[in-house]
Amino acid sequence: MKSARVAYAGAIHHATEQNGCLRLTDGRVVSEDAVVWLPPIQAGTIFALGLNYADHAKELAFKGPDEPLVFLKGAQSLCGHLGTTRRPRDVTYMHYECELAVVIGKTARRVSKANAYEYVAGYTVANDYAIRDYLENYYRPNFRVKSRDFATPLGPWLVDSAEVPDPMNLPLRTLVNGKVTQEGNTRDMIFDIPALTAYLSEFMTLSPGDIILTGTPKGLADVRVGDEVVTEIEGIGSLKNTIIGDAQENTHVG
Amino acid sequence: MNFRGELESLAEQLHRDPYQKLPVAPVLYLRPRNTWSANGAAIYLPSETKQLKMAGTIGILIGRVNQIAGYVAVNDVSIPHASYYRPAIRQRCRDGFCVIGSDRVDRQPREIRISINGELRCHARIADLIRPADRLIADISEFMTLQPGDIVLAGEPPDAPLAQAGDRVRVEVDGLPAIENEVVPEIAPK
Repeated sequence: MKSARVAYAGAIHHATEQNGCLRLTDGRVVSEDAVVWLPPIQAGTIFALGLNYADHAKELAFKGPDEPLVFLKGAQSLCGHLGTTRRPRDVTYMHYECELAVVIGKTARRVSKANAYEYVAGYTVANDYAIRDYLENYYRPNFRVKSRDFATPLGPWLVDSAEVPDPMNLPLRTLVNGKVTQEGNTRDMIFDIPALTAYLSEFMTLSPGDIILTGTPKGLADVRVGDEVVTEIEGIGSLKNTIIGDAQENTHVG
Repeated sequence: MNFRGELESLAEQLHRDPYQKLPVAPVLYLRPRNTWSANGAAIYLPSETKQLKMAGTIGILIGRVNQIAGYVAVNDVSIPHASYYRPAIRQRCRDGFCVIGSDRVDRQPREIRISINGELRCHARIADLIRPADRLIADISEFMTLQPGDIVLAGEPPDAPLAQAGDRVRVEVDGLPAIENEVVPEIAPK
């Protein structure tokens, strides 16, 4: 099953996919372009991984990390499918990151790799934008780079784990204005989903609604105001976002 | 790194690798929900360490969006670590490591006292914050909207003491009831 959270006709609804349309819980069936897409779940703790694809780690001239490089993001950083993300006027480099997002489905503490998938509710697509200009070497990557308002698109759908037999073998890619700029496969993760779940739950409790963004492969590029950025993962979804500038952001009322 | 004293004592080190220069934006970390705890609850000492840092501090409580509604007492516990280079998830995100007092005060407190087993070990003044509360909120909300109910921890006092198993740790913030918690060895997994 694929599920979504949407705003429609003045209310927020849970919806499921039905023949290319959205079926609201009250039975109404509406088209995908009739709704405002919200992040498909109400997020608990949001974890993200740095340097978790061997090719990307090499691209940034690092050797692969010995243990997962984990950072956290605030829930206010999320936005839904077809949302907009701001590129501040003064920055010189802002890049997308196509990532498989793992949603935790039940309380997890000291979970073994062998049992890890039992704790996964499902998967969605994330675009973990970063503004490189703001990188500092304190708790890097720091919040000003990675936890900005609405700078982590998530969605469109939460896909039940039962429908994803092998999440560690999914092609993923990014298109900027229709042109493919990033390609990879989840099989190239350094720390896979069982390893990440085991690693985190060894020292802390994971709860339903927690999300792990599993990192991005090589192929990052600067995006500019007006660019349409699509991050997609086979079988999971295609997530579209548009870059806006300060001026547009400040005139939406007018 | 928001109290005077800490930054000065580290300044020489912070100009070298891997930091290369002093921080520009506030140095932030996030306390996820599994860390939230209350006055009186046990603070579990992970088996991999003997001591925990007890960073009593003030929490700036957000009322309306990006606005300060008051202050709470917090004990921001962590496994001691020397490096600020990578996010200290393993050291900070343990269950119950962020003790938050249930009372709030409107007027900004003036001082923080941290005692262990009845002995005063740290006395910090809010006047020594590098970024005072209003500046901190302004600098963070420039890129992250602070929502009602969010709490911004003002910073770890530079001389925050270490505690070990069996210690009772008390954080007192003027105008607020003290919060007191005991350090207890973590129950070993079966």
